[in-house]
Amino acid sequence: MGTAVDTAVLHQEDSSQGTAGGAASTPGRFGAYGGRYVPETLMAALEELEHAYALAQADPTFQARLDDLLKNYAGRPTPLYFAERMSRELGGARIYLKREDLLHTGAHKINNCIGQGLLAERMGKHRIIAETGAGQHGVATATVCALLGMECVIYMGQEDMQRQELNVYRMRLLGAEVRGVSNGQKTLKDAINEAMRDWVTNVRTTHYLLGSVLGAHPYPTMVRDFHRVIGKEARRQMLEQEGRLPSAVVACVGGGSNAIGAFYDFIADENVQLIGVEAGGRGTGLGEHAARMRGGPGGGSPGILQGTYSYVLQDDAGQISLTHSVSAGLDYPSIGPEHAMLNDAGRAEYRSATDDDALKATVALSRTEGIIPALESAHAIAEAMRIAPTMSPRDILLVNLSGRGDKDLGILTRELKLQGA
Amino acid sequence: MPIQFNQSPGSSGGAGESRTGRPGLVAYLTIGDPDLDASYDIALAAIDAGADVLELGVPFSDPLADGPVIQRASERAVARGVSLTDVLAIAARLRAARPDCGLVLFSYLNPVVRFGQGAGFERFCAAAAAAGIDGVLLTDMIVEEADAYLAAMARHSLAPIFLAAPTSPDARLEKIARVSRGFVYVISRVGITGAQAALEGDAEQLVKRLRRYTDLPLAVGFGISSAEQVEQVGRFADAAVVGSALVAIIEASSREIAAEAVGRFIGGLRPVAALARS
Ligand SMILES: Cc1ncc(COP(=O)(O)O)c(C=O)c1O
Repeated sequence: MGTAVDTAVLHQEDSSQGTAGGAASTPGRFGAYGGRYVPETLMAALEELEHAYALAQADPTFQARLDDLLKNYAGRPTPLYFAERMSRELGGARIYLKREDLLHTGAHKINNCIGQGLLAERMGKHRIIAETGAGQHGVATATVCALLGMECVIYMGQEDMQRQELNVYRMRLLGAEVRGVSNGQKTLKDAINEAMRDWVTNVRTTHYLLGSVLGAHPYPTMVRDFHRVIGKEARRQMLEQEGRLPSAVVACVGGGSNAIGAFYDFIADENVQLIGVEAGGRGTGLGEHAARMRGGPGGGSPGILQGTYSYVLQDDAGQISLTHSVSAGLDYPSIGPEHAMLNDAGRAEYRSATDDDALKATVALSRTEGIIPALESAHAIAEAMRIAPTMSPRDILLVNLSGRGDKDLGILTRELKLQGA
Repeated sequence: MPIQFNQSPGSSGGAGESRTGRPGLVAYLTIGDPDLDASYDIALAAIDAGADVLELGVPFSDPLADGPVIQRASERAVARGVSLTDVLAIAARLRAARPDCGLVLFSYLNPVVRFGQGAGFERFCAAAAAAGIDGVLLTDMIVEEADAYLAAMARHSLAPIFLAAPTSPDARLEKIARVSRGFVYVISRVGITGAQAALEGDAEQLVKRLRRYTDLPLAVGFGISSAEQVEQVGRFADAAVVGSALVAIIEASSREIAAEAVGRFIGGLRPVAALARS
């Protein structure tokens, strides 16, 4: 749990607290969190996007096209798989994996990219920009741009280009231009800054295809909606396969898109626990992790980064902190505002897994189930492995396996050799 | 009309008739680059060379609306640990030394929110007013999110200054004009901060559109770096803002000569305009 705060800090007259129902008090607000904190130059584009999205949502042709591509291009619905061997070895809860790793391009990111790609097409914007950390969002964006015949520029921190080199080649092969970002820590946050600068400059012709439930309204809501399909399918599949709901849903949280997608349709099911897993990195001091929801010294506190009000890792002067995670996709100092609301309302709980936990979980899942998870997703697996043995065999753990681990083979080879695994 | 703080909008006559023919000059500096004392000296030199208003830039780790020049300055200042508190201290010294100069605090939102210690904008506004600040410009604060901020600013008689962009539709310009005090900052072009060779037509258009909603002085900024551009702005607006050009001079100068170099540059921005008018 994060530190208790006066959540009405920015809107003293708006004292309405977030409800656990997931409904925002005003459009773009999640309790006190969210909102729109951007340079004025972008406001017209955000208003246009909000409007276009509302029209698209109400348009059956748009929905039909989206559903068709999700099914026949991306490969939905994804399986809900009972990880029997892993469950047996851990002895405790029955572990189910929602197989987003089996989607085209290898992660959940494609759900949102198809949605926003179609939206950009509707808005007549044929230049797409995006940021990427692990490269999965960049690859999914480049893929959709190839599919729809759009120009594509991806911003990626140079540190991430090194650690996710394979995805850089994939993006280039797909016809995208990958622009390395050498500012700051050279990771996801810096790539978003650079993408925002591009957008501020080219906003009249360009759509910013933001890759998580971050940024200014309408992004956190829109990106969530495009990923809701994860939880919607999983809930139905769970009822079909087990005849009951899981005890808990577990997902890793970078910006929080796969987690909110998995959580959303379970929010009203009060007996289903929602557990987000942040990057615990290699220590508890500022700069050594990306556990924004962790309170106390070295933890996060409410602040504004890149357009939205949420928990942020920052110093006393409001400078954004460095972060560390072995997984590029979780290595970010803020978190989607809806997660901040769910945290404060006590509806979801945020924990962390260390680099080491994630690496061990990667090996464990690979060897018990023959599934190599993305390092991001391995954080969720690690938490499931930790709690499953403490639970009864009647309990069900639903883990969102957000992506596959092929992209991480370089890091895995290096890290696991060091550990002698 | 000249920029004057604590005037209610509409308190003076039509904008055209009150224009002096000598455009006001607003100078932006990233405070703490190369260091706090140097920034103080540079700021004094800027005022004495003819800047009417100083924008004191608070360094921030993630200046996403800024081009490379201000990014680098901000990064250097953040690396030295320069904070909003330090910038307010510099403001107080400048206010004591130059009582008549306009002082605007220019910041991204997060350092300001953090300064509030979880209790909104009250503590920040009190501190800014105590330091002799006239106005505040928050790069990533839009009018729709500003209610609590505006209330606190009003309690301390501080002027909230908002940005107007070429992309802002008229309905937004109207809102921006309604809540701004002191002046409205007119973004000369779609883009981030940084010098450019020629001024685009966007700025003049935008000034015309804004004029329908306000008599406040309109200051045009982003990319202005020469006496010619200042003069050009003077033909249709009240003031020109010079930022990246100054920050670049500071970056290229040794600490010892930076103040003098900035003073000389600012001095050189005026003669063409003044001559053209006389
Ligand atoms: C496989 C995978 N999972 C999770 C994430 C984290 O993003 P989010 O928290 O938005 O799901 C990423 C981001 O790159 C990813 O590639």
